[in-house]
Amino acid sequence: MQFSDFIMQNLSEFWHLTGFYNATWQHFVMLAVGLFFIWLAIKKDFEPMLLVPIGFGMLIGNIPFNTEAGLEIGIYEEGSVLNILYNGVSAGWYPPLIFLGIGAMTDFSALIANPKLMLIGAAAQFGIFGAYMVALLLGFAPDQAGAIAIIGGADGPTAIFLSSKLAPNLMGAIAVSAYSYMALVPVIQPPLMRLFTTKKERLIKMKPARAVSQNEKIIFPIVGMLLTCFVVPSGLPLLGMLFFGNLLRECGVCTRLAKTASNALTDIVTILLGMTVGASTQASEFLTAETIGIFALGFMAFIIASSSGVLFVKLFNLILPKSKKINPLIGNAGVSAVPMSARISNNLGLEYDPSNYLLMHAMGPNVAGVIGSAVAAGVLLGFLA
Amino acid sequence: MVTFLCNTPFPRVKMKKKLTLLLVAMVAFATVASAQGRRGLRINEVMVVNDSSVVDDYGRHSAWIELFNSTYAPLEISSVYLTVNRDSTKMYPVPLGDVNTEIPPRQHVIFWADGEPSKGTFHTSFKLTPGQDNWIGIYDADGLTLIDEVLIPASMLPNTSYARKIDGVKYDENDAEAWEVRDGSGNKYITPSSNNIIKDTNNKVEMFSQQDEDGFGMTIMAMAIVFSALLLLCLCFYAISKIGASVNRRNKERSHGIDPSEAAVAGRPEHDTGEEIAAIVMALHEHLDTHDQESTILTINKVKRAYSPWSSKIYSLRETPRH
Repeated sequence: MQFSDFIMQNLSEFWHLTGFYNATWQHFVMLAVGLFFIWLAIKKDFEPMLLVPIGFGMLIGNIPFNTEAGLEIGIYEEGSVLNILYNGVSAGWYPPLIFLGIGAMTDFSALIANPKLMLIGAAAQFGIFGAYMVALLLGFAPDQAGAIAIIGGADGPTAIFLSSKLAPNLMGAIAVSAYSYMALVPVIQPPLMRLFTTKKERLIKMKPARAVSQNEKIIFPIVGMLLTCFVVPSGLPLLGMLFFGNLLRECGVCTRLAKTASNALTDIVTILLGMTVGASTQASEFLTAETIGIFALGFMAFIIASSSGVLFVKLFNLILPKSKKINPLIGNAGVSAVPMSARISNNLGLEYDPSNYLLMHAMGPNVAGVIGSAVAAGVLLGFLA
Repeated sequence: MVTFLCNTPFPRVKMKKKLTLLLVAMVAFATVASAQGRRGLRINEVMVVNDSSVVDDYGRHSAWIELFNSTYAPLEISSVYLTVNRDSTKMYPVPLGDVNTEIPPRQHVIFWADGEPSKGTFHTSFKLTPGQDNWIGIYDADGLTLIDEVLIPASMLPNTSYARKIDGVKYDENDAEAWEVRDGSGNKYITPSSNNIIKDTNNKVEMFSQQDEDGFGMTIMAMAIVFSALLLLCLCFYAISKIGASVNRRNKERSHGIDPSEAAVAGRPEHDTGEEIAAIVMALHEHLDTHDQESTILTINKVKRAYSPWSSKIYSLRETPRH
């Protein structure tokens, strides 16, 4: 073989390995979606902590390469670096770690001070089961429908956890859909809140919450874990870690652990989770008619969840004494997009009455929504796994 | 570090107590955990007369006993006893030191009942007896705790097995022993080292597909459970907050030297949030015009603190010591 032939042959082989040679239009679509996510995060400030890793993960996962070359670089190729990192998603152990961090970050005082707000968190889970019914109607199998419907819980880790168990093939689309709608909460929820409330209702001023003692804060995660997990043991990985994180925070003697769980650990897992979820959206797996269906169902689930929270408060107000009426603007916070949806309640409340601060009241249903969506995931897992 | 912490006799005793308690708890936990795991071991399928069925590693037909790990965790079975005699519970101890004695979750192992334990871990010291009832038992490492047992009827024909209908399930829906004779005909396959029943679909999903086509049933059940769980939590915290508030009030009254029973008679507002008191104080403040007079002199002193790593908070054992 001539030296020039040798060079040409190797260059030709290398050309066949490049992204330019292996690219398809689907790759470019997914790369564009990834760039759009990064743009949304950086320019529009939509959940940047999530959308930057997911968006960049999409770029990583959609670099075209020769899948038959055995390079062990693809996320679905066993033994590849990305595949090892993806194990936390596919085996479902990233979400409980995120829940540990959420627990360590969350102050449940608003909920402990006014326990009836927990019911709003429960009512908002209707979004999940409303979407479940529609998904069945569209021809999805019950386990797939359950995995898709959990998007309505507005809880990314829960959606990933459940879909990894019930419908692993749909997990990429479900996770991206869940996080996308969580980022779009400020756009989706306010029109619904205005639609379902009257001006008079929006002006309801709620009594300031009572002070919660340290003992109550310590008892809450212990009793909360025991009660909810006795009812729904299948929610144990999520609920157990959530309440454990909260106990670390509130007990006062594990400050270092609580700090690590809520900062360093959560940051590490968020980076890995976001990036690998983004990378799992390989064009060949992601660009299907099912994905469009999942996005549509996710959107609908979000709308039902937000609306049912608001409508439940209106219904609840019918039986509450006048002095204890709840402002229905906090009903949207029953979805567990913490603290985004609570902030929206507050902003909308201030829009109609600049002295009506609803943030702390809205945090009650908001954190109840976290518990509610984990319970709902446990129920679906128990019934369908 | 321990010496440093325990430089007085009292903490040393206290720490010893703590360590002893911790050790007891760990031992208790390990015992319970081990017992729980071993309870998941099942006799799953047995062939008493093997003329033409599967062969062992030596190419010989022998009677076999299939054990099944019915749990979803690996199960180490070394040191459990296999026996065919109720009076001699320690007939064949499963040897230690063989990695194959750890049964993966929901998987099986086969023991050859050929009376030749020298052939390896999975060859028992006893044989099964054709033509008569064979009782087989598995005992835990203590030789006393019966983990599972089965009575194989004398009527077993050659090359037929006595198997659980569903792997690891002890009783059927009628609470009867869930065993059957399998001769290889129809669906009655003989399945050494494999599942007795092959599930190609998820029964739960199938059931929901058939019984709950529109998802209405799931919605009702699931929402009822979600509401119940949170309602339970809600009621529990109402009770806890009531008790907590009452205890706090009593403590506060005691600290102010007031007898709680007298205070109860005097009657206090039910929800004393302090708002009314704050309003009264504010009104008095405004009315009396008692504004503070500031000196309007601002003094800035340079504070110099010599740095030493010995006194640095960064190097302290606890970043935020309890006050």
